[in-house]
Order: sequence, then C-alpha cells, then structure tokens
Amino acid sequence: MSKDMISVPDPSLEQLSRIYSGKLLLRNEILLEDNLLRQLLHEKQFRPIKSIVKKNFTRQCQRCGNQKASLFATIPCFLCKQTHFYCRKCIEMGRVLECEPLYVWSGDKTKWPQQENPCSWRGELTPAQQQAANQMVMAVVNHDKELLIWAVCGAGKTEMLFPGINQALQLGKRVCIATPRADVVRELFPRLVSAFESVPIQALYGGSNTEEAAAQLIIATTHQLLRFQEAFDVVIIDEIDAFPFHADPSLLFAAERSKVPQSTMIYLTATPRKVHRKRISRKKLPHVFIPVRYHGHPLPVPKIKMCFSLKRELLHNKPPRPFIQWVRQRNNPERQLLIFVPTIVIAEKLKSPLACMFNKEGIIDAEESLTSVHAADENREEKVQQFRRKEFRVLLTTTILERGVTFPSVDVAILDAGHPVFDEAALVQIAGRAGRSVDDPTGEVMFFHDGRSEAMDRAITSIKLMNRRGGFS
Amino acid sequence: MNCIWCDADIIPQVNWGNLFVLEKPKLLCPVCEGKLDKIEGKRCVRCSRRSADKVCSDCQWWEEKEGERIIEFNYSIFSYNEMMKDMIAKWKYRGDYYVGEAFKHSFITAYHEKFAFLKKNAVVVPIPLSTRRLKERAFNQAKMLADFLPVETIEALCRTHGEKQSKKSRMERIYADNPFFIEESINKSVILVDDIYTTGTTLRHAAKLLRDHHCPEIYALTLVRG
Repeated sequence: MSKDMISVPDPSLEQLSRIYSGKLLLRNEILLEDNLLRQLLHEKQFRPIKSIVKKNFTRQCQRCGNQKASLFATIPCFLCKQTHFYCRKCIEMGRVLECEPLYVWSGDKTKWPQQENPCSWRGELTPAQQQAANQMVMAVVNHDKELLIWAVCGAGKTEMLFPGINQALQLGKRVCIATPRADVVRELFPRLVSAFESVPIQALYGGSNTEEAAAQLIIATTHQLLRFQEAFDVVIIDEIDAFPFHADPSLLFAAERSKVPQSTMIYLTATPRKVHRKRISRKKLPHVFIPVRYHGHPLPVPKIKMCFSLKRELLHNKPPRPFIQWVRQRNNPERQLLIFVPTIVIAEKLKSPLACMFNKEGIIDAEESLTSVHAADENREEKVQQFRRKEFRVLLTTTILERGVTFPSVDVAILDAGHPVFDEAALVQIAGRAGRSVDDPTGEVMFFHDGRSEAMDRAITSIKLMNRRGGFS
Repeated sequence: MNCIWCDADIIPQVNWGNLFVLEKPKLLCPVCEGKLDKIEGKRCVRCSRRSADKVCSDCQWWEEKEGERIIEFNYSIFSYNEMMKDMIAKWKYRGDYYVGEAFKHSFITAYHEKFAFLKKNAVVVPIPLSTRRLKERAFNQAKMLADFLPVETIEALCRTHGEKQSKKSRMERIYADNPFFIEESINKSVILVDDIYTTGTTLRHAAKLLRDHHCPEIYALTLVRG
C-alpha cells in the first residue's frame, strides 16, 4: 500500500466516515498524517482496539481470528523495544503486531443513499432464475439472516442476484459480493459495472490498488473481508463450498464480522458441503434450489472409463490408451478439449507427449495448439483468455479451472479421476464445465480412472439427481 | 512441531541414529526443506557463485577494477531459487520474523565449517538498515542472522535512506554512492553478515569503510548467493 496521504488538505468528517466507517485497519492502512489521526483519536472519531488478545491459554488475532499457537511468533520489535507476539496467519495482508492497535471508526456512520433506479440490466431471467431472485428479494426486504441459493453449474447465478442487489440499493443498503478468487472478481466486476451504471462500485483483491474501498457496492475476494467490521447490510458469498472458504476458519470469522447486526447473508453454491446439507435437511437453513441451466438443457452426465495401467502410463508420461481411443471418436470433434489432471507435475510432464499424440492423430494441426495451466503458472490468466478465444484447441489443467470459468463449447476429460484431489464437489464442478452455451448445450464428460472412488459415484448420482429434479428423466 | 513455511505437522522419524540421542527438532518439513537449493560442488572461491573457474569472471572484473581485494572471500549457503525468493519475501518484506529461524542451523554450521580458523578473534558486523526501513520492518534480517553466531556482534555501521537495492539495476547498484557511515572503528577481523549477495556492491561498500578505518581483514557470510 502506498504512503500517499489523502489529497484533500482538510477532509470533512463526512468524507472520513465514508472511507473509514465499517473498517478495521492497521495504522499504515489509514492514509492520514500522524497529527490528524491523533486529533481524531482524541475526538473519539477513531477508537484503537487491542490487536492480539490473550484468552485463557491461547491468544487470538483480532483481525483474522487466528488462535493456532504455531501461527503466532515473537519478534524483538524495534518500535517498542520489547519482544512480543505477531500474527503469522494474516501477514500477507500486512503484519499485525501486538504493540500496535487496530483502528475502528467510532464516529457517525455513513448513511448510504437510497438509489432510485440502480439496475440498468435489461435482460430477462428464466422462470427458475426468477424464482430464486424473488426469494432473495424477500430475504433482503425482511432482513432474513441467511439464504442459500443452490444452483447447478451454468444456471446463471450472477444474473439472478441482480434483482436482490437492486432491491438492497433502493433501500439504501450497502452490499458486498465476496468470492474466493481474484480471477472471478476481475471477471464479474465489468459485468456489475454495466448492470449498475449509476452506482459506485469497487473491486478489491490483492494488488487491486483500490485503497479507499468507499463504494456502496463492493466485489471482493473473501480475504479482503478481513479489513471490514460491521460494514455491510447484505453479504453475498459466492462458492461457499470452495477451497479457501471451507478450509480456512478465518474467512468465516471475517465474513461474520463484516456484516452489521441486522443483515442478510446470501450463500451461493452448486455443490453444498455436508454442513450446509445437514442444516438444509433439518430446515435450519432457508434455501432455494435451481436444478436447470439457463438454456434449459440437462447437465451432461459423466461417463466413466476404466484404465488398467493408468498409474504406470502416467508415470511414464504416456496418455492412457482408453483416453486415446475416446479422443479418436468424440461425438463432435469441433469442440475444444479441457483435460484435468491431479497434480502440477503431471500437467507439466504430460504436456509434450500429449501434444505429440494429438498432432499425430490430426486433432490439432501444430503442437503449439495445446498448452497447460496450473496455479504456479505466471501466464495463467493470459492462457485462459487465449483458450477462450480459441487460440488453443486443447488445455491441460489442474483443479484451478474447476470452477468460475466458462468456455462455450468444450469436452471434458479427467485423467486419474480417482485421485483424492477430485472430491465430489470438484468432480461435479468439473463436469459442469461442459455444455455451457445455448449454441452447444451438451458436451462429453469422461472420467478415466483405475478404480472407482466413492467421490466419483456420489458425483454422478448427484448430477443425475439434479437432472431429475430439473424435470429430465 | 509445525513446519515454519507450510505449517504442516512434522512427524519425526525414529531410527537407530536418534533413538538414544535426542535430535534437534526440525523446523522445516522434508518437502519444504527439499525445495531449498544448497550450493554444493564447484564454486568461485571469492564469491561462492557456482562456477567451473576457480575465480569467476565477476570477481576477476572486481579485482581489476579495484586493484586490491577488499573482501577476502564471501561464503553463501543457498542459491536464490523460487523457494528462497518466496521465503525471503515473506521474511524480509512481509516481516515474518520467525521464517528466519529456519536458516539458523545451516547458518551456524556454515560458520563452524568455514570460519573456524578465525577462532574467537573475529567479530560479526551485520549490514544495517536505514532507520526508516527499520521502522517499517521492525527488525533487521542481517542482525538476526548475525545474532545466531557464537561470536560478538557489533553494529558498527549505519545507513542513510535510499532506494531499495532490489529496485535498482546492476549498473546502478555498482556505481551508487556508499550509503554507509561508520559508528565505531574495529581493529579485529570482521565477518560481515547479510542475507543476500547479489552484485557484491553492498558488502564492498561496507568493507571499504571498515578498511579505511583500520580493519585488518574482512570476510563475508551471506545466506543466499543471488
């Protein structure tokens, strides 16, 4: 974060409140000069709170909620000349030192304007989308605490949020959409801007240079919620089942803290985890289920294919034989091909043998039409964009592309689908990459394995179940 | 114990070697430790760079330019690979002090292997940070490394505030003015300690100043050869 101080020489309390109310910040995240901050503290506009609090036998970081002993360490601090604790868990967001407080705005809260006609999106929702949208509008109006929207991959989740967001903005509420990955923030931001032209919107993610975060509608990565406290009237959490959210307790902690006491949480998911399914079946969690895709076609059901020497072939960087056979006789060879593998190492090693094989089979005309992406790949955004523009015919990927990305016309194959990284949720999501567009609403999904895993069975059962509930037999 | 880097549990393996004699607990898990690249085999005797020549071309260039050898030699332990880049970034720039502990054992071992001949007559001088940078980071990573060693540490140097070394080009670094000034002259052998040796300019600046103030011989021990 740069050290540029606020440009207005004497910012009014109103301006300050707009920027700082609802935040929980470190000193260096507050872009005010020392004198001004001291004065504001004296006037009780800001309130310092202790950053690391002792609790019986543990301590807790007040920013990320971390209580794990191995994620605290001591530092002989130059600033206070004492050795004290700091939090290692949220250090990527700036270091929380025990000797430095966190600051919250305790002056008047900003009153967000009641936007008159915020939604400039003129598209139409399908009946199924409309039903979910209505439920969300009701939840917002009635200040319901929670609502889970369970929509299959490709149901058009973003659009069905618009009426609810519209309603919230009309009521003068502040709205935040939190999503696990920066890629998705970057993809959704322009869509939101064009759907709500008259409303100030900001996108927050690591490296996004939006320092003030003073917009009424915010789209952020879930990590960014760590900087907020009692800020939002409506919090929409995208992909509640996705990796960081369901694995990292501090994100739930942050999401809970970022909302005002009387607020609405909306969860979006295509594959709810057990916790949520349990609460749904006990009727403890209000939910709405959308089993059909926006184009009205059923989800492609994965086919499974046994490969007896899969492990050995992968070890020798050879594509499995049944996979080659399938590639030869795909229903629609015009489609691009998305191939998932369990690890980065396999993705890297299998790249050139696969390219060679595809070239020989005449499926691609040059070996350069195949590429691989994974989390450690610097050019991954660029490559995904190129694949979308059809500059590549085949894309070899790890689970990073399992969700959030849409390619219009692809066939999907998983090599070693029995690998533990492919859990039920991941398999359902991967299968959901196929058949996303109206022009090509079907697609083949193949699981190549050397022993059926429970996750594969459950994924297929749940896809079939969703199709049945969507009225397809 | 949990791994300093990835926080995974480290489960000690019991074997005949450690059954009766307690080993020091591991600070990095085997996976993370494996990603670090220790410099082994042939290296330049002056700067520790991997090199087939006895003295690498860089060091020959320095010697021609300066006409004398200011630093007897520099010894570095690791190469600057991706893993090390990430670790240094988190340790230094994010300020995760504890990450430095991961290097403690290798740093002390290197001292005993390469500087034992100095006995206890040498002192350690860490490369300082400017006060402003020290306020930002709350600790000096070179001082942390220096304090690991079983000899006296003297903070003999100070530094004026300037742009970060890592933001400059090679030539800018080599021809920059000396950013250090001396607080205390030392008339014993000195081991300069820093985290990274990249072009060697920083260490040479520091060494030059010490030399001008009657220091007899100067060595360098750095964690990483960039």
